[in-house]
Amino acid sequence: MKRYQPILTKYLDEPGSATIDFYLVHEGYRAARKAILEMDAGEIIEEVKASGLQGRGGAGFPAGVKWDFIPKNSKKPTYLINNADESEPGTFKDRLLMNHNPHQMLEGMIIASKAIGCHLAFIYIRGEFVKEARLLETAIAECRANNILGKGIFGSDYNLEIVVHRGAGAYICGEETGLIESLEGKRGWPRIKPPFPAIEGYLKSPTVVNNVETLCNLPHILNEGAAWFRKIGASKESPGPKLYCLSGGVQKPGVYEAPLGTLLETLIYDFAGGIADGRELKAVIPGGSSAPLLKADEIEGLKMDFPSVKAAGSMLGSAGIIVLDDTVDMVQACYNLARFYAHESCGQCTPCREGTTWLTKILARFTAGQGRLEDLDLILEVTDNIGGLIDFSQGSFGKTICPFGEAVAWPVRAFVEKFRAEFEAYLPREALA
Amino acid sequence: MSFAFDAPRTKRFKALVRQYPDRRSLALPLLHMAQDQEGHISRDVLLALAEMLKISPAELFDTVSFYSMFNLEPKGKYLLQVCQTLSCSLAGADLVVDHIGAKFKLKPGETTADGRFTLLKVECLGSCGTAPVVQINDDYYEKMTVDKVGRVLEKLS
Repeated sequence: MKRYQPILTKYLDEPGSATIDFYLVHEGYRAARKAILEMDAGEIIEEVKASGLQGRGGAGFPAGVKWDFIPKNSKKPTYLINNADESEPGTFKDRLLMNHNPHQMLEGMIIASKAIGCHLAFIYIRGEFVKEARLLETAIAECRANNILGKGIFGSDYNLEIVVHRGAGAYICGEETGLIESLEGKRGWPRIKPPFPAIEGYLKSPTVVNNVETLCNLPHILNEGAAWFRKIGASKESPGPKLYCLSGGVQKPGVYEAPLGTLLETLIYDFAGGIADGRELKAVIPGGSSAPLLKADEIEGLKMDFPSVKAAGSMLGSAGIIVLDDTVDMVQACYNLARFYAHESCGQCTPCREGTTWLTKILARFTAGQGRLEDLDLILEVTDNIGGLIDFSQGSFGKTICPFGEAVAWPVRAFVEKFRAEFEAYLPREALA
Repeated sequence: MSFAFDAPRTKRFKALVRQYPDRRSLALPLLHMAQDQEGHISRDVLLALAEMLKISPAELFDTVSFYSMFNLEPKGKYLLQVCQTLSCSLAGADLVVDHIGAKFKLKPGETTADGRFTLLKVECLGSCGTAPVVQINDDYYEKMTVDKVGRVLEKLS
């Protein structure tokens, strides 16, 4: 097999890769120019649909289909929001894409804007990324100076402005309707759907929210064609390049680009150099902390694409791969994540607000050696109260407005079910009597 | 004491009004600007910004209180935020917290008496590949160890 050549991170190590001069020399903005001058919106949507590009933010929804939900000839303005609120524990790819090649992302935004008829687009970037926000402001100014953003871009009659909007520390604003509420200057409380953002989004106008990495794929799809994109990766159903984030107990943590469908074992043992300090693999969280963990024997032959990881009982999510070696205390790890979710629950839905707090308290009791035997079943009951039944074959159905409920319920449940003995080992002797 | 933006920020405010299609959407940008200028979101800031945003102070407070980055109380000159979520925790974030705490005799959440350092344990900063990470004001310090964070703090002290 021919060695895979990185597409999204091709210029990662080259000095000056964040500047427009570098980007233009390397054929930058060729696809955006084509989209603005030669293609109509329908043609762009069809091309992206044909490519099979799935959203890289976590849900894996087909990007072209999402755009197609935008009403044609809407009297209201249409908005594109670039979701750069990267906050899912284990995920750190979008920050890299922005730092090293902001113009690739801006070019993707121009293409997406043309596809949905947007003339004012936003980049909602997490508040802590102060440097990245400044870098993006600089990149946008470079574009304006080159007639790539502003009025009549590329000499056409198409106007497009991009505004950088900083969040202020709230995980839930990565959920697209929470993000929209936050952009409107409110608390980031997710909305009940429908109506979906494509019909009523920002300021009740048709809105598309796309992830940074999704947008970065667009210039390549327009340059090389949908058929080329379909061929990348193990499955035509879930194709394209993917950035995998490896952290935890590996030799070389970092972001690695490989096709979708790459074996998880290849990523851990070849790319990231295997388990650190000669330890053994215990479990892997394959798609950010919201993805239920898989035990070492469950990852054999596991292809990292959306359908394969789902079939294994977890999800590809954001491809934030957290590797847990045999020294990791699963009770502590579970407590750590429950505490994260309790802190980040937006508080709108009772099952989630109360349930995450309950889980954290029960797990804190465990880690302090004061757990009770009945607590294990209580944990499972609380996860059921938050996240409903677990049935991956029938999709998600829950008791909360947004998927945050499932995002805490499923992983906590997986920890307890798969490593029950470790939880029991934390029980004081009198609890077992 | 009432609050007003300084001259450069007033100019920035006017530019933002032209950029955004709606006034309330300026809430987060204005809160960031005010906190940059004042160090925290005081009652006077809240009242002045609510007027600029054309919403009630209660509505603005509803927004402010939701976001962890907005400080309703003054913080130290250097805000030391140590990420404690899983990847950072596995990489030894607790040792970093303990070191900073011992050096300045601080518990997480506290500020030194001279007002220079505030120590916070925070949730995922999105830098798990270079864990553990400490954010000091606007900057990330990655792959921290007790030695490295010690050297960073020496430079600030």
